[in-house]
Amino acid sequence: MRMPEPDAGVISRRSEIIAALGAIVAGEGVIFDDDELGAYECDGLTAYRQLPLLVVLPETTEQVSRILDFCHLNGVKVVPRGAGTSLSGGALPLADAVTLGLSKFNRIIEVDFGNRAVVAQPGVTNLAITAAVADKGFYYAPDPSSQIACSIGGNVAENAGGVHCLKYGLTTNNLLGLEMVLINGEVIRLGGKHLDGGGYDLLGLITGSEGLLAVITEVTVRILKEPQTARAVLLGFSSNQAAGDCVAAVIGSGIIPAAMEMMDKPAIHAAEDFIHAGYPLDVEALLIVELDGPEAEVTYLIERIEAIAGDVGALGVRVSWDENERQKFWAGRKAAFPAIGRITPDYYCMDGTIPRHRLPEVLNRTAEMSDRYGLRLANVFHAGDGNLHPLILYDANVPGELEKAEDFGADILRLCVEVGGVLTGEHGVGVEKRDLMGEMFSEDDMKQQQRVKCAFDPDGLLNPGKVYPTLHRCVELGRLHVSRGQLRFPDIPRF
Amino acid sequence: MSESLGPNSAEQVIEAVQWAVSGNASFEVLGSGSKRPYGRPCQASQALDLSALSGIGLYEPEELVMGAAAATPLSEIEAALAEHSQQLAFEPMNLSALYGGGGGAGTIGGVIACNLSGPRRPHAGAARDHLLGFQAVSGRGEVFKSGGRVVKNVTGFDLSKLITGSFGTLGVLTEITFKVLPAPQKLRTVLVIGAGDGAAIQAMNKALQSACEVSGAAHLPAAVAAGCGVDRVSRAGGAVTAIRVEGPAPSVDARCRTLRGLLEEFGEMGQLSSGDSMALWRQVRDAVFFAGDGQSQVWRLSVPPAAGAETAAEILDAIDGRVYYDWGGGLLWLAMAPLADAGYKAVRGALKASGGHATLVRASDEVRASVPVLQPQPAALAALTARIKDAFDPKGVLNPGRMYEGL
Repeated sequence: MRMPEPDAGVISRRSEIIAALGAIVAGEGVIFDDDELGAYECDGLTAYRQLPLLVVLPETTEQVSRILDFCHLNGVKVVPRGAGTSLSGGALPLADAVTLGLSKFNRIIEVDFGNRAVVAQPGVTNLAITAAVADKGFYYAPDPSSQIACSIGGNVAENAGGVHCLKYGLTTNNLLGLEMVLINGEVIRLGGKHLDGGGYDLLGLITGSEGLLAVITEVTVRILKEPQTARAVLLGFSSNQAAGDCVAAVIGSGIIPAAMEMMDKPAIHAAEDFIHAGYPLDVEALLIVELDGPEAEVTYLIERIEAIAGDVGALGVRVSWDENERQKFWAGRKAAFPAIGRITPDYYCMDGTIPRHRLPEVLNRTAEMSDRYGLRLANVFHAGDGNLHPLILYDANVPGELEKAEDFGADILRLCVEVGGVLTGEHGVGVEKRDLMGEMFSEDDMKQQQRVKCAFDPDGLLNPGKVYPTLHRCVELGRLHVSRGQLRFPDIPRF
Repeated sequence: MSESLGPNSAEQVIEAVQWAVSGNASFEVLGSGSKRPYGRPCQASQALDLSALSGIGLYEPEELVMGAAAATPLSEIEAALAEHSQQLAFEPMNLSALYGGGGGAGTIGGVIACNLSGPRRPHAGAARDHLLGFQAVSGRGEVFKSGGRVVKNVTGFDLSKLITGSFGTLGVLTEITFKVLPAPQKLRTVLVIGAGDGAAIQAMNKALQSACEVSGAAHLPAAVAAGCGVDRVSRAGGAVTAIRVEGPAPSVDARCRTLRGLLEEFGEMGQLSSGDSMALWRQVRDAVFFAGDGQSQVWRLSVPPAAGAETAAEILDAIDGRVYYDWGGGLLWLAMAPLADAGYKAVRGALKASGGHATLVRASDEVRASVPVLQPQPAALAALTARIKDAFDPKGVLNPGRMYEGL
């Protein structure tokens, strides 16, 4: 992975930068010892590692503002970091950049049941938000698998999803407001406890911007009441095709389940061996469908889903008996990645999204690729919204296998785009998919996105080397090429 | 305005914009023109009429996705969806009653450009939450796209959010792909009669805090309820608080029962059937109660829901007007006798305590040119807004002045 050439001038000024930032954050807020920096050398995408120039851990918005202002004036790059759980290398350090960690922003600021909102600092974990409101029966809906560790600020930066976003939406659909700091140190507040802030939807733009536009210092999210009942149904199928047909039939009948997850045979076996969730082992594909809502609704929808599953030839149907069993059904799915980790030295997780009806075709073609590359594949995915997580099994100790796994992954993502899908559904582009952006976007598309970046960060100091394969200078991007001096189009109707 | 250009294709839109960029002209971008009175009056040299860019190009009901050219009439889209028992879950508003044009609900491009969402907004999201992808021509005269046709997508910046609600000031939308959802099998509205504004906010909050998946919560004070086109509401003899419940039949019945139990402490209970419910929520959505003779000025305020009643009371202390509430108290509609400054100091002053924003939805061109129609922004945000505009439209050829003076 090629990263921007480190700026030797900045590196040579390291001690000066340490002193300046140390004056802003008192005490142990600056980390520069190599041993301690090691903890920050990668995020959840562990294949790429780099020690940062230094790490700074501010505690207040004012400190963040002063740090960014200093870096801006001194031409120092900044890599924002939440909990470091990104699966795409969004928080991968740079040798000449300050890693700005938000881990000390760990307080829930306000729980407001009257407005059904929680105000939190960005370093608070996703699950801690639910924990803060659970006593009153509320929860925060987006539930990425890393929710015990990942931070809400990181969720905003990546627009994190989860198994329940089929019904309840992604981070972007659950975010009400935020406070952010621009690279020039300006503090801007967006939204609040009201909806649709008026003006350009910067709240929506910041969400999923992978730390390229601003540093988030406060987040306001909406909370929901826990559904009265939730039940999960296990449906086994003799083929991926049949499972895919079932997904289409359920959605086509007008039912939007709370979650609809699919696992293929290798994933089912790995998960069952690990967790003993009670999954059937004699099937090729498994669907876990969750229904939630009032008891009457759940009962009614389960009957309909059983009927639909029967029509498309499900081999077996099992409805969770109680909350305990429902949790067990999910435990297998939620532990699918570590379960795969038990049967292979390394795995590489992809994240493309495809139109649902292309699912069987895509699975067949990735199976062919698996044969061609000689690397095993296990599939776990959010079938309801077409978000695939193919896991490529490899061994980094075998020379050339990592590169082979990466090539295989790139082929899978190209296939996703070819069938009308996208490179990443919820993990982000980061460094991992950066060089594939051209598969989805034209040069003009990417230039327009980068002009937006210029509006926030004209010197390209925030998280450079992520998301966009080519870095253009803002002056160059801003240039207008006007070639026509007069109305050339005789065909455009005028009236 | 000297003339109107009516491009037939995205290529012709590119040519037109490039011409404007080089020739110092500017465009008022129009679909059907149904929302021209929404926002500031545009200061453009000509109109860019997109009405030829029309037609549904993609509809896969089982994929819950539709794609259409930007100026496809909303009525055409809603009719196609209805054939498959589907809908736009964000309930786009139809402003024709307020604007008195009788010109219909406009185009899908207009809906997206204005991010107009109805009563289901708190539950189902806004227009911005349903746009999956688009193609547009920037004010630089370059075509660009963002997003795609799938629901889960974090590839690159989410320009779909940015373009939604940008009033056509960043790009000329040419193609739009959006999420569609099943229409509910059954629809009921639980009514509470006679609650004061403060109590009604509490009642709506109680309903919204329940597990009943309420998809609409509005409160019509007595004077507004009396003008409702649904008899059961207009003859209720007092204020009406309405709670909408939608979904599979057994679920709707169960939730209505639960809600009646929860809310009976707030007043006499009632219930509307499907037909009356549809009529009521359409009127709530479109502010039909304030259509009147077209003379009153109308504001739309988005506030923290719990602060709805206090905000309204503060405004009504200073101005002679009427309000009703949607979004569980989070959306205030205010109608008032015309004033030269549209009472903006009182309206926006009332937002200071709790936060929120106010949009002047109906007033004369003169008033909308002099009073900030959208909530004014703090300096740093205004400067950022201007830089973003510049990133898409450096010469200011698209809808100049439509959102803010000088932008």
